[in-house]
Amino acid sequence: MAAAEGGEVKLIGSWPSPFVLRARVALNLKGVEYEYLQEKPGPKSELLLRSNPVYKKIPVLLHHCKPVCESMIIVEYVDVVWAAATRAILPADPYERALHRFWAAYIDGKLFPSVVAIAKDEPKMAKVEAVEQLHTGIKLMEEAFERLSKGKGFFGGDAIGYLDIALGCFLGWFKVCEEVTGLKFLDEEKSPLLVGWAERFCSDEAVKDVMPENERLEEYTKLCRAFAAD
Amino acid sequence: MDPPSSLKLLGSWADSHTHRVQLALKLKGLGFEYQEEDVINPSPALLLHNPVYKKVPVLLHNDRPVVESVVILQYIDETWADNPIMPADPFDRALARFWCHFAEDKLAPAVGAVFSSSGEGQKAAVDQVHDNLKLLERELRDGEFKGKRFFGGDKIGLLDIVLGCGSYWLAVFEEVMEVKLVDPGTFPAFHAWLKDFEEQNEVKETIPAIDKLLEYARGIRQMMLSLSNGTSTTAPATAGTTSAINVTVDGSSG
Repeated sequence: MAAAEGGEVKLIGSWPSPFVLRARVALNLKGVEYEYLQEKPGPKSELLLRSNPVYKKIPVLLHHCKPVCESMIIVEYVDVVWAAATRAILPADPYERALHRFWAAYIDGKLFPSVVAIAKDEPKMAKVEAVEQLHTGIKLMEEAFERLSKGKGFFGGDAIGYLDIALGCFLGWFKVCEEVTGLKFLDEEKSPLLVGWAERFCSDEAVKDVMPENERLEEYTKLCRAFAAD
Repeated sequence: MDPPSSLKLLGSWADSHTHRVQLALKLKGLGFEYQEEDVINPSPALLLHNPVYKKVPVLLHNDRPVVESVVILQYIDETWADNPIMPADPFDRALARFWCHFAEDKLAPAVGAVFSSSGEGQKAAVDQVHDNLKLLERELRDGEFKGKRFFGGDKIGLLDIVLGCGSYWLAVFEEVMEVKLVDPGTFPAFHAWLKDFEEQNEVKETIPAIDKLLEYARGIRQMMLSLSNGTSTTAPATAGTTSAINVTVDGSSG
């Protein structure tokens, strides 16, 4: 069993977080058994503060009680430690790996912040820029998908890979933002490949049981907005 | 080993992210062609090979571009196995990557803010740099890097390259801005590591002379002050100045 080979595994997380979802998908892909420690609303747990004193954020993977922080760093760690378990998450070829890492960094540095800016009540100009950034980002990801998938179902080819995890774990939030703003993030006309990919990703065995349901995310968003308004 | 002509680096002489790649290539014993880029007016080659960010450094290997310095460093390490830059142990790798992320996400912007601000804003930026250095100091003294000469162990590794190529700006900004950033009494472990790093032959061959860096920094600072006073008619556009500052400290896009 994967966990027995690797030793005790725990994941500190929070169910709405797309970053936590990344770690969970990676662990599921490798068949790793782990204890999931859900952070409660309110003050952060002692364990989280001790395990990630720099950022105090989730996810944190604890393996042999040693913490690994930052979602895509956790994904790479899981990929290497449980290399024997199933197929690799990162491609074997160094150039393909570089492309996966480049686009994952783009998603976190450019695409995700634009989504956050759109979802929040930002001043008009900032929102206009954010929408432009989003559309640029989706266009670039559509092109990246065409190049990296080589006609197959995922950025990683036949199965979910590093970049699939990086982008796919935002799909739940994309849907919620679409509902809230009336904008279309992925559409059949402009990003047909990504639309098909999104369905495949969300219905994958490693994803479907851990991706939060839309209704639950929508409720959560309403709560957050209510809090922010108070 | 590939012949040198298969590797070409588009970079900028004062850009810390370019230095990271140059240092890594040197440590690996890899020859390469170098093309100096004007960061305010990117060349057609730079725009072609890095259309997303339009910034240096870009490493071309057999005409295929690799972009983003930390991505480039890992690409180099995974393509040429000799003289490894990444640690062997998966946990140590994760640790190195985490602190590289910290260096880019927290430390570099704080150092940049020291340079581009004044008065109360600058004081806050200096405090931010100190807070960040405290975290690194703690790791070096009591944490995961305790007892190591370099973050990579006995030899320079990924984290040394990422932190080290950029940390020389601390001394430059101390002089130009007349602030204290790395007090050896407060940060003895970090100070000792930085001095050791800067003494390595490959590092000395990579990082420009301090006089050149001081002159460059003073020039940029003067431009910034002129722009904010509205007194200069010859200074480049603000965006250009910002690019220059960003290239200086934050390097490329990331």
